[in-house]
Amino acid sequence: MNTAPAKTFDGSEGLRTIEANKPSSKVLHLPESEPLRLACDQLLAPVSIAYETYGELNAAKSNAILVCHALTGDQYVASTHPVTKKPGWWQTLVGPGKPIDTNRFFVICPNILGGCMGSTGPASVDPKTQRPYGLNFPVITIRDMVNAQARLIDHLGIDQLFCVVGGSMGGMQVLEWAAHHTDRVFSAVPIATAALHSSQNIAFHEVGRQAVMADPDWCGGDYHAHGKVPRNGLAVARMAAHITYLSEEALHHKFGRSLQKRSKLTFSFNADFQVESYLRHQGSTFVDRFDPNSYLYITRAMDYFDLAVEHGDILANAFRGTKTRFCVVSFTSDWLYPTRESREIVHALNAVAANVSFVEIETNNGHDSFLLEESEFFATVRGFLNAAGVKRGLKV
Amino acid sequence: MLKPDILLSGPPRVDHLLIAEMVTPGSRVLDVGCGDGELLQLLSAHKDIDGRGVELSRDRVNACVTRGLSVIQGDADEDLADYPDQAFDYAILSLTIQATRYPKIVLENLLRIGRHAIVSFPNFGHWRIRTQLMFAGRMPQTPNLPEPWYASPDAHLCTIKDFVDLVKLVDAVVESAVAFNTSGRRLPIRRSLSLQNLFGEKAVFLLSSHSEP
Repeated sequence: MNTAPAKTFDGSEGLRTIEANKPSSKVLHLPESEPLRLACDQLLAPVSIAYETYGELNAAKSNAILVCHALTGDQYVASTHPVTKKPGWWQTLVGPGKPIDTNRFFVICPNILGGCMGSTGPASVDPKTQRPYGLNFPVITIRDMVNAQARLIDHLGIDQLFCVVGGSMGGMQVLEWAAHHTDRVFSAVPIATAALHSSQNIAFHEVGRQAVMADPDWCGGDYHAHGKVPRNGLAVARMAAHITYLSEEALHHKFGRSLQKRSKLTFSFNADFQVESYLRHQGSTFVDRFDPNSYLYITRAMDYFDLAVEHGDILANAFRGTKTRFCVVSFTSDWLYPTRESREIVHALNAVAANVSFVEIETNNGHDSFLLEESEFFATVRGFLNAAGVKRGLKV
Repeated sequence: MLKPDILLSGPPRVDHLLIAEMVTPGSRVLDVGCGDGELLQLLSAHKDIDGRGVELSRDRVNACVTRGLSVIQGDADEDLADYPDQAFDYAILSLTIQATRYPKIVLENLLRIGRHAIVSFPNFGHWRIRTQLMFAGRMPQTPNLPEPWYASPDAHLCTIKDFVDLVKLVDAVVESAVAFNTSGRRLPIRRSLSLQNLFGEKAVFLLSSHSEP
């Protein structure tokens, strides 16, 4: 495909492979004797959970906030990414004096199970074969990711998290925590998310997966053994997905029909338009830091997520008896996880008379808004955590 | 009387102070149409309640949550059906019922969700309104109901007598009822409503769906 980003091996893939198995962050290694029982009924062992922490855990262990990352996120929520050298993906929200204030709270951010930044996933070396798992890795679910995180929280000696926060797929993990580890979650902030993955979202994921699998360099999932990487396929998957993270208005505002470093159309399939150039850049930089098989597994886990179906098709049953304080946040221009889906979560929580706040933030930045510095959103998180902190007896 | 809350920007509204007197300390309260959360904050500060709010305006919801109140964006017509029976000790509808689409259904929901319902509303039977309509022949505009008819959100204005009829219709019990005159003085509603209906500018009713022992 000659229009896809042509990029030669520049060493970042080597760095990425190293990070997948020997991450720069902290790692919890669960031994063979402590397997993780997965939703598919397989046992997975040994399991590594790579994570970062920020701030100090107080003596009562009552100030811990778990941050759950989204599809392509990682544990470097507020510190420099070891491969891209970019600042943490939520550094505007998490840090000293920030809404998630690391002067007050102990922030834990693990790389998800199935990820490629040091937690066990398809890019990890299977100790039995001494080769990357690839497609031998079991299909995992959001619940499996959360169960792995619960092991980490056990390991850190924390009975109850002060808060679990996350956007998009991170929000799914928040809901999963609140539904299945109810007593361990004092407060929960699910952002720009849904209690089930919609048909449209599954459809977009399928396009992404097919793009990866259609790349001959994917090699049936065994590209590691062939010394190849399905760069073009993963880049196209990322380009398509990236459109869903924005909004028509945001794209129009940012690019319009502006041409890329040229004054007239070239009558070719080069990136004439700025928006094309932008998407190609997004695709190629993503490939530098992400494992293609991981992308398949994680999108699948999101597709399988349906909190209602596990509870007799009644979402409210997932939260019955909950004492957790919830703050649900959505964004007006998010068409991937529209406000309607957040409202369904709120209705379910109301149906069990749970303690819930719900805020819709007005913005034209689409789904990506949760990663951006939206002042109203930040004020909401700060206000909610302060009030929850008072209830929790934390020092102001 | 309660002391005014120093945390609040202005002095508390007289109807809020009355509602605060009606609410038992430590109870669970749902405030429907909670605005900026003044009443919830008053009740939290003085009655140690477990409070929730519902508010239509997104900006006001965000202001409430930023202040640490548990408030959702929603409205009385759409969002009350979700709540389970008797989930709250008090379901409050403060100066909002006249702006709902289906006041009867809203009132029935309040009485279902709360062991008690507290409803306050502007009294359309007030003498000032009656005289304006009588002598000017136009929809009244008063400091209490300032918008012209075409800009007013109030689709279902009623008098105190009208409201009492609705209470009977939904088979609710009036536990207490107070009207306020223009200067905020209380006019307890006793057997005859006519005087209160004439001089009361706002009214507050404490209701329950059945007689409490």
